[in-house]
Amino acid sequence: MHTRLHAKTYFLIAVMVVAGPVGNLLLAKGMKQVGEIKIWPPSELVPVFFRVFGSLTIWIGIACLIAFIVAYMLALSLADYSYVQPAAALGYAVVAILGAIFLREAVSLLRWVGIAFICAGVSFIRGTNPRTTEAPR
Amino acid sequence: MLEFVLFVLIIVVGTWGELCLGRAMKQTGELERFRPSAMVRLLYRALQIKWIWIGVAMMAVAFFSLLLLLSLEDVSFVVPVTALSYLVGAIGGIFFLGERVSGQRWIGIALVCVGVTLVVIGNR
Repeated sequence: MHTRLHAKTYFLIAVMVVAGPVGNLLLAKGMKQVGEIKIWPPSELVPVFFRVFGSLTIWIGIACLIAFIVAYMLALSLADYSYVQPAAALGYAVVAILGAIFLREAVSLLRWVGIAFICAGVSFIRGTNPRTTEAPR
Repeated sequence: MLEFVLFVLIIVVGTWGELCLGRAMKQTGELERFRPSAMVRLLYRALQIKWIWIGVAMMAVAFFSLLLLLSLEDVSFVVPVTALSYLVGAIGGIFFLGERVSGQRWIGIALVCVGVTLVVIGNR
């Protein structure tokens, strides 16, 4: 069973690793273009809402994250949650690289080391069995 | 303080929402083929399940928290810190979905936690 299960799961994870980070990058870019966000008093929320969701960058980011979530849900139907989530999380490192390049974020050495630890943790997690519960009927 | 609350909402509420999705998707059956029709049928079945909607609501809360946090902080800081959701996810996977988490996976999660700690220290 494992070869086919792995192939499908890996394909979906590949989609997640690309679409997730690009989506987050675009959200960050959009939110910084929108300007200062005030949430208090609550009446401020209405203009903020229209400013945020009037941004094309935000919408493209959301589209990427929807692609990510669809791939995620399909992957969850194949494999354990606690397998899919860490495997897909390589994207967490990709987003930092994209942020440094495209948003010119000043990433400190300690932050890079921390991200390296996260990647190491992720690669450790990847070798484990994708499903430990019974197949659904 | 606001940032701390936002991180908690993203990590805890967001992960719990994903766990609800995981629970629902286990009830839909597997994706048999990579045909669009099969995917649409699977998603349609999924939308009938209560847990999907609870999960979506929680993930929406997490999403708005993420947007707000991204307006305040670097994306290369925010996203790695949300990696703490592996820890929450593993604990939830055990207690909520009945999954088993191997020793090797725990080591990976521990490394992730060390990494998140370094990222947070590096931001101060």
